[in-house]
Amino acid sequence: MLTLEQLRIVQDDFSLKADFTLEQGRILALIGPSGAGKSTLLNVIAGFFPPQSGRVTWQGRDLTGLAPGKRPMAMLFQDNNLFPHLSVALNVGLGLRPDLKLDQAERVQVEDALNRVGLSGLGGRKPGSLSGGQQSRVALARILVQRRPLVLLDEPFAALGPALKRDMLRLVRDLMSDIGGTLIMVSHDPEDARMIADLTSVVADGTVSPPQSTAELFKNPSAALRAYLGD
Amino acid sequence: MIRSGPGYAAAAFVLLFIFGPLIVVFAKAGGGVIPGPGDWAAIRFSITQATLSALFSTLLAIPVARALARRQFPGRGVLITLLGAPFILPVIVAVLGLLAVFGRSGVVNTALIWIGLPPVQIYGLHGVVLAHVFFNLPLATRILLQAWQQIPAERFRLAASLNMTAGQIARQLEFPMLRAAAPGAFVVIFALCLSSFTVALTLGGGPKATTVELAIYQAFRFDFDLGRAAMLAVIQTLLVSVVALMALKFSRGEGFGAGLDRVVTRWDAQSTLLRLNDTLVLILAALFLLLPLTMVVVNGVAGWAKMPVQVYSALWVSLMIALLSTVLTLVLALPLALTALRRGWVEVVGLFGIVSSPLVLGTGLFLIVYPFADPARLAFVVTGLVNALMALPFTLRVLIPSLRASEQNFGRLADSLSLTGWTRLRLLLLPRARRALGFAAGLTAAMSMGDLGVITLFADPSRATLPLQMYRLMGAFRMEAAAGAGLLLLVSSLGLFWILDKGGRGDVDT
Repeated sequence: MLTLEQLRIVQDDFSLKADFTLEQGRILALIGPSGAGKSTLLNVIAGFFPPQSGRVTWQGRDLTGLAPGKRPMAMLFQDNNLFPHLSVALNVGLGLRPDLKLDQAERVQVEDALNRVGLSGLGGRKPGSLSGGQQSRVALARILVQRRPLVLLDEPFAALGPALKRDMLRLVRDLMSDIGGTLIMVSHDPEDARMIADLTSVVADGTVSPPQSTAELFKNPSAALRAYLGD
Repeated sequence: MIRSGPGYAAAAFVLLFIFGPLIVVFAKAGGGVIPGPGDWAAIRFSITQATLSALFSTLLAIPVARALARRQFPGRGVLITLLGAPFILPVIVAVLGLLAVFGRSGVVNTALIWIGLPPVQIYGLHGVVLAHVFFNLPLATRILLQAWQQIPAERFRLAASLNMTAGQIARQLEFPMLRAAAPGAFVVIFALCLSSFTVALTLGGGPKATTVELAIYQAFRFDFDLGRAAMLAVIQTLLVSVVALMALKFSRGEGFGAGLDRVVTRWDAQSTLLRLNDTLVLILAALFLLLPLTMVVVNGVAGWAKMPVQVYSALWVSLMIALLSTVLTLVLALPLALTALRRGWVEVVGLFGIVSSPLVLGTGLFLIVYPFADPARLAFVVTGLVNALMALPFTLRVLIPSLRASEQNFGRLADSLSLTGWTRLRLLLLPRARRALGFAAGLTAAMSMGDLGVITLFADPSRATLPLQMYRLMGAFRMEAAAGAGLLLLVSSLGLFWILDKGGRGDVDT
């Protein structure tokens, strides 16, 4: 269970408040206009940016002050999710051991994860020789071996075409049910939220609305959502 | 993250070896030696030659950079690469080449006498300035070319759509750019020429053409007047510090800049006259740079067999010193650069190498060593150390941007995967800095290989590096043997650079 307690984020003249709880195993979409602070909120949860006040807790444990890599979460960024100088298998292996001293069992685990995302036999390639969709799959394979109970996606598929993006979101949904983890994804496309997120929060006007059922939210959109959707 | 301890240790080492000798020199100069007329003359000459060298280099670079900025032609890339060569070209080799072209029996004088004109004289002020222009015209051209390319292509498109002439474009777009960029080039070159030693040693000399660096050497080597050497060292340090601070303010990582391969379409410069003008400028510039080097190769091949056996032992000494400097520079630069990512002042410590002149450092180290041991026995180690400190600023300027880019692009990913300390270095920073490391190592090795500075203070007749051996051959008027040694030095300097730089380019996916 992830809890944001009276979280207040300030960056220059920008500020954002968040205060809600997300149960284990749910998929939450953060939607809202660009510049509203969706990515900033993810960065605070992941520990890349400190909040001005408030706490982030996981299962009752305070995460404030913990280094990003020590938090029980994995994150995919908008870009640069793979090290271009390391092979696909090593990029995935980093999710198991940051020093890459992988034993036989761990190497098998990497191979399995690559099979699971549909990249069998590509472990020896460098990311530069893969297509954009394949690169996304490598990053997802790493998420799979990391087995962190919370996964954060900061629009990692934004550069893909619509069909490819849908494939990726479906794969993400399946992987999350494999792991049994919680997912928070940033999106500016309401379709993404409708497709895989059972919960949605609207980030606008300096606040994050508490998670609501996606279906209901779109049936009866709030004022902020209506302003964003423009209808 | 990565610990700062090693970076602080490296900074302390650099501070100790740059300021330790300086303090010793200051203490020694406290003896109350006041500058005599000869010393004032040296100061005046230093400033005069540096001013003229910087002025001519910058002014002549303007037409060359303009031609390169607006013309696309086969060989353009090679020419631009060549403009980077003076960084790794041993000064003494270039001097030999210039002597072969402009010297008493050189190509130019032979031609002048043939058409019945009086010969030109290369020794003295104009020779020193000529050699400095040879080295710095390429640098100035690169700085100005980069400034030219910072004018957005859209401006030239707009100018063309307004039907502006080449002259109007020069007034509206190019002069304002030059007003901003040319003073920077001037100051950087002024600073470089101010502490030039080898050129003054070989082409200057005498009461009328002695720089402060050369005066330090003479006070030391000929008169063994430590007090005077120390006083001159203080003056040189003050001079160079002031100018280096100015240069640092102006310079923003030029010289190594990538992306010089872009040519902006210039609709205004298509007239036959302007084409002819640019062609002529480029041919003259290429001749000025290539003719001396060609002479080095031609004479070197001819003199190859005349080289005494000492040249080969000197080659080994120089190679060892070059490798020692390279390793030492990298060992210092890497922790300094890593710490400098978070603590900017650490980079400034590394840049102190620019402020201190090698002869001053050498003087101080000599004064420290002298009471305890024969300085000649430490000549090679001291040379390697001083060369490493001198190369450190260049290495940091190459390395820090590369590390910074890695952290900017992949730092968050590395954080989220808990890549810290040695693991982060091994898996992220070093592999991605490989190119920069190779380039910096090549630069350091070549600079150290070709350096003729501090070794002249320390060496006795039984010891020599290759540049010193070459200088001795020139001094003994064994010009053919010197030419052979010059070719050997040229090949080994460029070869070291090529091998190390190539090593960094291997199979890297970026």
